[in-house]
Amino acid sequence: MTRLQMLFCALGLAGLIAAPLGQGNYIVYTMTSWLVFSISAMGLNLTLGYAGQVSLAQAGFMGVGAYVTALMTLAGVPWIAAAFVSISTSFVLGLLLGYPALRVQHHFLAFVTLAFNTLLFLVLRNEEEITGGSFGLVGMPRPNVLGLATDSNLSFYYFALVCFVVAAGVMWWILRSPWGRAFKALRENPIRAESLGLKIRRQTLLAFAIGSAFGGFAGALQTPQVQFIEPHSFALIHSLKLLLMVVVGGSGFFFGPMLGAAVVILLPEVLRFTEGYYLIIYATLVILLMVYSPGGLIGAGHKIRDRLMPRTEARRDMEKGFQL
Amino acid sequence: MTAPIPSAPVLSVRAMSKQFGGIRAVNNVSFDVHKGEILGLIGPNGSGKSTLFNCILGQLRPTSGHCEIAGRSTDGVRPADLSLMGVGRTFQQLSVFPRMTVLDNVILAGQEHEGTILTRLFGRPDAGLTDKAKQLIEFFRLTPYLQTEAGALSYGQQKLVDAAMAFMAGPQIVLLDEPAGGVNLTMLAHLKERLVTYNREHGTTFVVIEHNMEFVMSLCTRIIVLAQGEIIAEGRPEDIRANPLVIDAYLGG
Ligand SMILES: Nc1ncnc2c1ncn2[C@@H]1O[C@H](COP(=O)(O)OP(=O)(O)OP(=O)(O)O)[C@@H](O)[C@H]1O
Ligand SMILES: [Mg+2]
Repeated sequence: MTRLQMLFCALGLAGLIAAPLGQGNYIVYTMTSWLVFSISAMGLNLTLGYAGQVSLAQAGFMGVGAYVTALMTLAGVPWIAAAFVSISTSFVLGLLLGYPALRVQHHFLAFVTLAFNTLLFLVLRNEEEITGGSFGLVGMPRPNVLGLATDSNLSFYYFALVCFVVAAGVMWWILRSPWGRAFKALRENPIRAESLGLKIRRQTLLAFAIGSAFGGFAGALQTPQVQFIEPHSFALIHSLKLLLMVVVGGSGFFFGPMLGAAVVILLPEVLRFTEGYYLIIYATLVILLMVYSPGGLIGAGHKIRDRLMPRTEARRDMEKGFQL
Repeated sequence: MTAPIPSAPVLSVRAMSKQFGGIRAVNNVSFDVHKGEILGLIGPNGSGKSTLFNCILGQLRPTSGHCEIAGRSTDGVRPADLSLMGVGRTFQQLSVFPRMTVLDNVILAGQEHEGTILTRLFGRPDAGLTDKAKQLIEFFRLTPYLQTEAGALSYGQQKLVDAAMAFMAGPQIVLLDEPAGGVNLTMLAHLKERLVTYNREHGTTFVVIEHNMEFVMSLCTRIIVLAQGEIIAEGRPEDIRANPLVIDAYLGG
């Protein structure tokens, strides 16, 4: 990290610490949701933006994390242990789903995860004895951290912020390791990467499983946040919403998912005054963004910066589809 | 006393054929490459040279035939495992990672050969390869571009990055598909020198596809000529140059 980047991160963090002060409950709660969804979207960004695979089960993995945490904390297990189990369960499920799916290249993972998310929804709804069915689970306690309760929305916000910083730190660590380089290489030129010894399938599978584990972590955090979980919160539509966050923010950029989560969570609030037209306006904005900038908002930012201060430019004369 | 057993060829190709629909791109090709050889593979455009490479290297499944590297069959072996077995290669088309820096390109080419998958996550971000990569980059006279995105370099420079990547993992055999295309004369001489040095110091074996006759004739210890997918001649450079069949099919035009 350069000095400048460190400075920006420090400023950003200071901003996040100061932001909820003096705000009403609802705003603090919404900001906490943003933190939770950012963690999940960060994981999906690893799958989509780095390894180039579409997962339609990120909400499903959040559901796995949320239910595991709910059941365990209701049984008296401390949150931190429950979160650990949630993350591991999502990771292992990711491996189990991805292993067969990624043997059959590309779009297959999308179908498998689609099926998984649907199946999970049915299981959560029908296994009433364990999951409470459509009524869901209520009364999950908020965790105590070093003897401090996180019952108020403000203190829970700070708790979520710590989790968010940890998750971002882990992601940053992964991306700066040789794995991160391998993920980028996979995205840019998988055939060349493979000829240099990179085991594409294994690396892609790991990206997906880790991305899913981030979903599980977000779910583990969502349980004490909302203190009421039910199957609909983890239905397919929410997986699509997470996908939208990643794409709108800028897939393949570190800060893309955070920006995307902010937009997807806040835009409905901002557009509320348009009443019935909200969805139409929303969809139009997304389509315009995708047409103008497939790299999402961050990609658009880069485009503008490159136009104002040209540095390197992609060589159009040498762009090509890769062939043998 | 028994006679020493001759070492197994580094690369052994047996009756390899590849058919694309009606086209026989490679037709019943067999040859051996021994340790330390620099084998040239020449032939007119479309004679099946690249296809042969890709069949050997697991990118294409041959229609029939068989291939061994250092005595191990490569049937069904994936390109990544071939790389880990010590086979380096370049593609005929440019294949660098355009949005990664030159340094990252070259480090990537070595990192999968270092440590295990776990040490690659928890170990150093450069897998301890920065110095080695910088040396290689220096050798190809690309040091000023260390931190430049590879996609912003000229064609010839990208070709050199590509070649550097093939060497990064210290392979025992390297297959180069037209390494000299678009590379200037000084660099070409330098490239040749590098190949020869590598060959001498590490015993690295080379198979080189190339249209530049000067380059091939002065570099290679042996040459195989392909035409329409078949081997039409094989021998020392001076014999190939004089072979009427070859002149007819290729050199004479
Ligand atoms: N994927 C493919 N599908 C169909 N035909 C192919 C394919 N790849 C190669 N061919 C055909 O196989 C033949 C040999 O092609 P190849 O690329 O091996 O030639 P080459 O000797 O490398 O030529 P050059 O010197 O121009 O690189 C050509 O007739 C080509 O059209
Ligand atoms: Mg060719």
